[in-house]
Amino acid sequence: MIADPDEDISGVVGGAAGATAPEAAEPEEPVEAAAKPEERTAPAAPAAPSPAEPRPTGEAGRRIKASPLARRLAEERGLDLAALSGTGPGGRIIKRDVESAEVAAPTAAPAPEGGYQDVELTQIRKTIAKRLVQSIGPVPHFFLTSEVDMERAWEARARLNALEQGPRISFNDIILKVVAQALVEHPSCNAWWMEDRIRYFRDVHLAVAVAVDDGLITPVIRHADRKSLREIATESRELAERARERKLTPEEYTGGTFSVSNLGMFDIDQFTAVINPPEAGILAVGSITEKPVVTDGDLEVRRRMRLTMSCDHRVIDGATGARFLQSVTLMLENPLALVW
Amino acid sequence: MSKTFDIIILGGGPAGYVCAIRAAQLGLTTALVERSKLGGVCVNVGCIPSKALLHSAYVANLVQHDAKKLGVTVGDVSLDFAAAVKHSRQVSEQNSKGVGFLMKKHGVTVIEGTGTIGKGRTVTVDGTTYPAEKAVVLATGTRVKGLPQVGLELDGTKVISTDEALFLQEIPSSVAIVGAGAVGCEFADIFNAFGAKVTLIEMLPQILPIEDAEAAEALRKVYKKRKIDMLVSAKVSKGEVGDDGVTISVEVDGKTKEVKADMVLMAAGRALNLEDIGLEEAGVELDERGFVKVDEQLRTTAEGVYAIGDIAGPPMLAHKGSREGALVAEMVAGRTPHPITYDNIPSVTYCHPEVASIGLTEEQCKAQELDYVVGRFPFSANGRARAAMETDGFVKIIRGKRYGEILGAHVVASHASELIHELAVARENEYTVEEIDLAIHAHPTLSEAVAEAALDSLGRALHI
Repeated sequence: MIADPDEDISGVVGGAAGATAPEAAEPEEPVEAAAKPEERTAPAAPAAPSPAEPRPTGEAGRRIKASPLARRLAEERGLDLAALSGTGPGGRIIKRDVESAEVAAPTAAPAPEGGYQDVELTQIRKTIAKRLVQSIGPVPHFFLTSEVDMERAWEARARLNALEQGPRISFNDIILKVVAQALVEHPSCNAWWMEDRIRYFRDVHLAVAVAVDDGLITPVIRHADRKSLREIATESRELAERARERKLTPEEYTGGTFSVSNLGMFDIDQFTAVINPPEAGILAVGSITEKPVVTDGDLEVRRRMRLTMSCDHRVIDGATGARFLQSVTLMLENPLALVW
Repeated sequence: MSKTFDIIILGGGPAGYVCAIRAAQLGLTTALVERSKLGGVCVNVGCIPSKALLHSAYVANLVQHDAKKLGVTVGDVSLDFAAAVKHSRQVSEQNSKGVGFLMKKHGVTVIEGTGTIGKGRTVTVDGTTYPAEKAVVLATGTRVKGLPQVGLELDGTKVISTDEALFLQEIPSSVAIVGAGAVGCEFADIFNAFGAKVTLIEMLPQILPIEDAEAAEALRKVYKKRKIDMLVSAKVSKGEVGDDGVTISVEVDGKTKEVKADMVLMAAGRALNLEDIGLEEAGVELDERGFVKVDEQLRTTAEGVYAIGDIAGPPMLAHKGSREGALVAEMVAGRTPHPITYDNIPSVTYCHPEVASIGLTEEQCKAQELDYVVGRFPFSANGRARAAMETDGFVKIIRGKRYGEILGAHVVASHASELIHELAVARENEYTVEEIDLAIHAHPTLSEAVAEAALDSLGRALHI
């Protein structure tokens, strides 16, 4: 692991994965009222009553036969009725089916000896789970890995920090700046999958995975493409700090157009990150390590770093992703390219 | 060997005859063995004739107390219990004949006589042994019993059972009733309406001991107004039969109290008809409470022998037995019927007001430490009940706090027996109180009180 002893890296820790969600604040698209189940016990007075409670349906839109009580139990316990089989009349799902499903599923594995602690799911943990399952399931991922020579970036960072003007720059800040710039050059990777369309963004809003005590959160550096390295360094530090203090507002951790996740500080050479939908890509950053490298026939020791990009194939094709990664590599290997 | 049947049923009560009908419908050759009258206790000396007498009691109270206010003035009212009994007997006989007609209609062979079962699915009646190809079903039911251990052996004149009470030609001036369950409370109503001084004696702490305490209390208040004496937590220690009546010693609160009456009606428990029917020979075992040992599919310990109705375990209710009869017929015919929901059997006492319930009592909810909310609606706030001058009682719905399921429902009302079924359907289908509310209830009806109680359990009753 390579970082200066005094370098504050704790803030900008990459999560294992895509991270918490942009709850896609979608100003252009009003949520359809009818899709929301009416508050059952106390319907808001003036609201038009919803025609019927939406009934869960199976894959083919087939109505699932289930008792009202079973529906409520399943809903509260987060069980999918479509996955249950009913023992009521005509295969209707009834209370005992939901209850036995619950017993059957997660508690099957016996707890290992030596004691354990059961911890209730926090809201953040639930959201992480929900989002990631959503992602790895329906999102067709593919992965591109590239090894980058970091000698020049190393040197550039050391020189900048030696000036002692402005904030200290971390490798992650450099990577963020480079990714933002690369996304401007490759807007096809700066996009959301919207089910019925793809939304390409003109601006780059970079989501940065930050580890917090009980999970991870992805504060967003807005307009990262228009910000200087110093601004990115300041902002990412500040966001990470507020993330750890749980002071982020929803606007600060939603609406990213691309994510960066860095586990380098944990000596992870290389990993694949899970896309945070509706974003189409995430870059997983490994550690910088000294390696023997053959350059022009000579064996040298060089600082190297592995980048792995996860792409949603519905948005990004292999060559598209590869070109983006090429740009990132080029800029990291030649930091001056940032000022071209 | 004589004629072979697919299925032979012992006992023609509501469990046995329903089993016979369903078996025949499913194409099984079916025989029903009955030693007395078709329809069993229910039709002949139970449910049906007592309902006729209870209706007479209702009319007696109506003309004497409410008719004038309702604009109908009658002259001197005379009560004729013999006439009431006559009507009641006619109803029973018609119904018993009706069962006979149903047997004929479905091609069920009725064998008169006492049947005993033997090894390998056989039934012997009067020396003739009938083999059953597929199954033998025991549905022999129960009979009345006294308390000989305290000197109250049934004698048919002064220590009587319902078997005699249903045939009385005149009403005694005073009656003590031992046991304040459904039967005791119903006969207290009848005797009281026809002018007898009634004392109800109950060993447990409330009348209608298995009902919700609030429901029992509502009935207690009405009975108190009608001057029916009630002794609860009262243990009968001795009964003495003399020339002029019966003296019963009752222990209440550590004191001994004497109750004197012309007659005592024994209404505490019934005896199972399991003697001399060949259980041992056939290999049918009993459980520790004395009922026939059955599994979830009502199979006894003898291969191909089933038990249904009262002898298969509580609750001893006709409608429970009938359902078991239908279920066994289906299984014997090779079908896979839906299992019986034993915790969803309505219980009804047909006194005035009627007390009906389904599911758990509030006391049971407490004992099971369930998280619940009670919704109530009194009939004093119900227009239809007020119009009929029948405002006693309420609907009480116990709602599970978390999911809104109906844990239990209790109705005390002039027609509680009819109102309870909305809640039975709801529970059987796992509807929550919200589904009860969503269904529009006609106005004005007593049923509106059910919807209001559902709303009240959600904290938003409308008419109170």
